[in-house]
Amino acid sequence: MEYIIEMSGITKEFPGVIANDDITLGLRKAEIHALLGENGAGKSTLMSVLFGLYRPDKGIIKKNGDAVNIHGPGDATRLGIGMVHQHFKLVHNFNVLENIILGVETTKNGFLEKDQARERVLELSKQYKLAVNPDDIISDITVGQQQRVEILKMLYRNNEILIFDEPTAVLTPQEIDELMGIMRGLTAEGKSILFITHKLNEIMAVADRCTVLRKGRYVGTVEVSQTTKEELSEMMVGRKVSLQVAKPVRQPGKVILEVSGLTVKNKQSGKNAVDNVSFNVCEGEIVCVAGIEGNGQSELVYALCGMTKADAGSITMNDKNLTGAGIRRRGEEGMAHIPEDRHKHGLILDYNLAYNLVLQSYYSPKFQRAGFLRFNEIYRYADTLIDAYDIRSGKGARTTVRSMSGGNQQKAIVSREIDRDPKLLIAVQPTRGLDVGAIEYIHKQLINQRGKGKGILMVTLELDEALNVSDRILVIYEGRIVADVDAKSVGPQELGLYMSGSRPDGVKKGGGAQ
Amino acid sequence: MNALKKALGRGEGAGVLPSLIAIVIGLLAGFIVLLVTKPGQALGGFTAILTGGIVDMKSIGQVLYQATPIMLTGLSFAFANKTGLFNIGTAGQFVVGAYAALLVGVKCTFLPGALHWIAALLAAMIAGALWGFIPGILKALRNVNEVISCIIMNYIGMYMVNFLIKETIYFSLKNQSMPVLASANMPKAGLNTLFSTGINMSSLNSGLFVAVIMAVILYVLLEKTVFGYELKACGYNRDAARYAGINENRSIIISMAVAGAMAGLGGALLYLDGSGRGFNVVDVLAPEGFNGVPVALLAMSNPIAVIFSAIFVAYLSVGGLRMQLYEFAPQAIEIIIAIIIYFSALSLLIRGAVASLIAKNRERRGERGNKQAEGGDTQ
Repeated sequence: MEYIIEMSGITKEFPGVIANDDITLGLRKAEIHALLGENGAGKSTLMSVLFGLYRPDKGIIKKNGDAVNIHGPGDATRLGIGMVHQHFKLVHNFNVLENIILGVETTKNGFLEKDQARERVLELSKQYKLAVNPDDIISDITVGQQQRVEILKMLYRNNEILIFDEPTAVLTPQEIDELMGIMRGLTAEGKSILFITHKLNEIMAVADRCTVLRKGRYVGTVEVSQTTKEELSEMMVGRKVSLQVAKPVRQPGKVILEVSGLTVKNKQSGKNAVDNVSFNVCEGEIVCVAGIEGNGQSELVYALCGMTKADAGSITMNDKNLTGAGIRRRGEEGMAHIPEDRHKHGLILDYNLAYNLVLQSYYSPKFQRAGFLRFNEIYRYADTLIDAYDIRSGKGARTTVRSMSGGNQQKAIVSREIDRDPKLLIAVQPTRGLDVGAIEYIHKQLINQRGKGKGILMVTLELDEALNVSDRILVIYEGRIVADVDAKSVGPQELGLYMSGSRPDGVKKGGGAQ
Repeated sequence: MNALKKALGRGEGAGVLPSLIAIVIGLLAGFIVLLVTKPGQALGGFTAILTGGIVDMKSIGQVLYQATPIMLTGLSFAFANKTGLFNIGTAGQFVVGAYAALLVGVKCTFLPGALHWIAALLAAMIAGALWGFIPGILKALRNVNEVISCIIMNYIGMYMVNFLIKETIYFSLKNQSMPVLASANMPKAGLNTLFSTGINMSSLNSGLFVAVIMAVILYVLLEKTVFGYELKACGYNRDAARYAGINENRSIIISMAVAGAMAGLGGALLYLDGSGRGFNVVDVLAPEGFNGVPVALLAMSNPIAVIFSAIFVAYLSVGGLRMQLYEFAPQAIEIIIAIIIYFSALSLLIRGAVASLIAKNRERRGERGNKQAEGGDTQ
């Protein structure tokens, strides 16, 4: 078989961890080859080896049948290997063109020669249908457009082997579809793509073949057309995983959270980011706020939690008016919050795990006496949470959270927030960037909480998640709730229409306990 | 910077060894500069700076004496730094503290005995705290960058104190402040005679104890209390602190006020040293204020480590004085001291490397069996 890139017997060991153990990967010309595995399975390490960021301890890399040595990204570029990193490597105050030519600038007499470059960029963007405006500043364009700039960077350098590291993690459903189209277009032009992901839908949609890794080991390579999602997930996790969430029927109880007429203005534009929003959440009910990113979800959550002030409207929890209450007061009244951005809000990365687990309760009499922290209590409590929620880390409660994997960081937050025994749990994109196993786990936890009679308000961008987990779906569009529907009686197509604002009459249909 | 942070997080693994390596590299760099500038005198000069601080008991006393004020300005910078603030206003806080102490020392003649110097120290702390509080409150409520407001406060403090001294406690003959009453001076507590060579007594006084006690108090405050937990949370991640319901504005204001109080106390201890030192009315920012910055950085903002880094910096400057015997100009000595401190701080980056080496070895030895597949995707 003809491989454009062949990696065989790749082994890479870090202190205490074998990140890659005898891994084999063959990439054919003009195919989309998915690399599937959970967080920590060794996908990123393997790609870093290919890209020259790590030297493998053992193993050979061949290009077109010839063994090559890759000592750094420079070598990789010379071999035609390019990579779109999960976190883009763009200069934010440069424009698109400047970012694309950065490092390979053409000059004339020592001055930048941009006209030629601009022509070439426009040509490439036409050829591969990557619409960008070369003069836009990076910080002004959407994440989807930034990703196109990254792809153009690779094309501008004449790369033939393109590595995409979790490219869809930051995109909206529409942008994901567009990206899939772009990827197919690239292979049609003869480029070969390595596609790192843990999202099975995307593999089924776009990949030709798929190599699965598990805990640093090679599990196998399959033709995507001859496999199923269930089979792939079993290969990845090593056991059967239920992709459907088992959810017992439960009648919602009394109203826990009542929001009425809530309005939040955007500080810069003065427009209403959240516009006269009213809804409620009951005991034992999972209410989902679905919508395309940037339609006011974050502002809504910030206002509910007290992180920004509402400009109008009221927030009532358990018959107590909390509209003007501070963050801590709301927490003490029984509101818990799994934040959208776990690094920005959810965790203090330089604190250890135990310190992070008491982030919401460190001041309670249990953990302090006369202003002094009770370390024994804190570490004992942390150990119980670590056991109960299976949070894995190198040094247990004393691990610096920064060194933990994303899935375990999220578990830490979930355990902390659930263990506060809240009446209302606000979970914002609780499964963002997590692998199948962790997603299953988080969903189970949410449904358990529902079973215990808690009210749950979940914000998600993933339609599947909204439909599978929740009882009732609110669709938010341009800051307004445009639909309030029963999750059982609605399909993805209908939701998609609400989400894009093409059906503004959904609220009348009503649902849940009104 | 990242390596610095990492090293901070791994205090247990790193220990003192990397700091010593850092200092040795700093000293070598200083020696090279000496070789380049004055090859003939380099060895003598270098020996002088190394031994000057420890040749006799008096020199050791002088080192500890000179360490006292910069220990406090170092604590000031370090404490604010823990809350994520860059307190470059130590010079201003230092002089207003000094003025408050001198004012009480000269004017409050009714205070009996020990109460006098205690009152002077308290006044200095309050004045310094006020000088830190203003940038703090501006930062908290109006998001004014504390570096800018601190620099402005430095100049306001300097000119204001010069003006106030002339108005209240001016000794025009010497163009400085009037001498304080004997009861306002820090007790010697026998330290000057303990650290003396023959009849030459050092200037050491109980101010050193005050500084060390402050370092211990700040350490306990930061590491053991709820208050310290909140302050450090704000320093590491303001957004997460807010999310957790911590009042970050309050933390910023208190942190700056405490930092200011430390610098103010440093000013008091310098001028209440019992040597009859007066406050010179000149338009120069107090160097002790800025010297707190390298002291804190060398100590990686750990209050206990500040004690030792302040002593190290003082040891260099006492030794530096001896270099004049080898015809080095005072300015050249200052430069050499600066280079040594600079390289020492730089090579603290070594800490990160050594710490990870130690961790590597430990894991190789012990934890091969129960490894966890955490390597690849950590962020």
